[in-house]
Amino acid sequence: MQDAEKERKRRQRMRSLAIAWVLFGLVVLFFIVTIVRLGGHVADRPI
Amino acid sequence: MAEITVEAIATELDPATGGDVADFVVLMKPRVMFLVVFTALVGLVVAPGSMHPVLAVAALICIAAGAGAAGALNMWYDADIDAAMARTAARPIPRGQITPSEARSFGAVLALGSVVCLGLMANWLASALLAFTIAFYVFVYTMWLKRTTPQNIVIGGAAGALPPMIGWAAATGTVSFPPIVLFLIIFFWTPPHFWALAILRTRDYARAGVPMLPVVSGEDATRLQILIYSLILAPLGMAPAIIGLGGTLYAAAASILGALFVVLAYACYREREGERAARAAKDLFAYSVLYLFLLFAVLLVEHAFGVGGSLPSLWTS
Repeated sequence: MQDAEKERKRRQRMRSLAIAWVLFGLVVLFFIVTIVRLGGHVADRPI
Repeated sequence: MAEITVEAIATELDPATGGDVADFVVLMKPRVMFLVVFTALVGLVVAPGSMHPVLAVAALICIAAGAGAAGALNMWYDADIDAAMARTAARPIPRGQITPSEARSFGAVLALGSVVCLGLMANWLASALLAFTIAFYVFVYTMWLKRTTPQNIVIGGAAGALPPMIGWAAATGTVSFPPIVLFLIIFFWTPPHFWALAILRTRDYARAGVPMLPVVSGEDATRLQILIYSLILAPLGMAPAIIGLGGTLYAAAASILGALFVVLAYACYREREGERAARAAKDLFAYSVLYLFLLFAVLLVEHAFGVGGSLPSLWTS
């Protein structure tokens, strides 16, 4: 019973970590895509 | 239909464990996902103009997620069929590692996320095509056709044939004739590919109550249909070279690969009994995967590296 509980917690932790990594990856992806889409035009503004 | 229900599977789940990360990966059908991403990549690369590599990778990630979503929703709905078939009994839901409701939620979130992200990162035409592909695979193929008609994989095959069109749309924002040709190649490739497998699994499909062609019309009729579709597929495989999408290298590869496809389809048609018949179906199934991969790989190499030469074109992009 204790082993099953231990295994359940391990799997839950792995799932949580996987979700965290996917979310982190999405944040990075959105950041890079935004920079690419802006291109050099981000600097084209009057000072 | 099989007596095992999704509800019965859910109650059999061991509440002490739950799914591992690997189970969720399996839920997304990674091998199908690979073929979807690969054909979408080809559609994206052969499209006119250029797409920023980062945006192309982002678009392919979205398409992969969309394919994974369709796979997860398929496994959710087909859990009863999967449990009754030897080939699929070890999938996460029949095995009790993931509950049907978990798979449904996972698939739905992934579907919505992939469609929205593709719209934001590429364009909304590609996003709409991805949404249509997922919806067609889940609602038309999985929920309707698969359980009602032996033409299930013929019509349902449209979903698997759309990725090159999505890739093309992601790169150009339009859909024109060349991606439709790529769509047609995969569309006509699907029946001989799946029916070769279905011949090997006729009893499995019959036990699960799935009206695949060999179950409904018999193996001989299926072998004839395989041959007919192969005879359409082989010349169709040459079409990209005719419209100028593929060059001389592609034309040579498509003619050799197509001829070999017909030879194996004829062997499958001719061998009707015993071990030799099973061998012929197995060979055709294995070769069909290689055929599609090589056909698209040659097209990819020609466009990515500018090799292959060109043929006089009847159509220019």
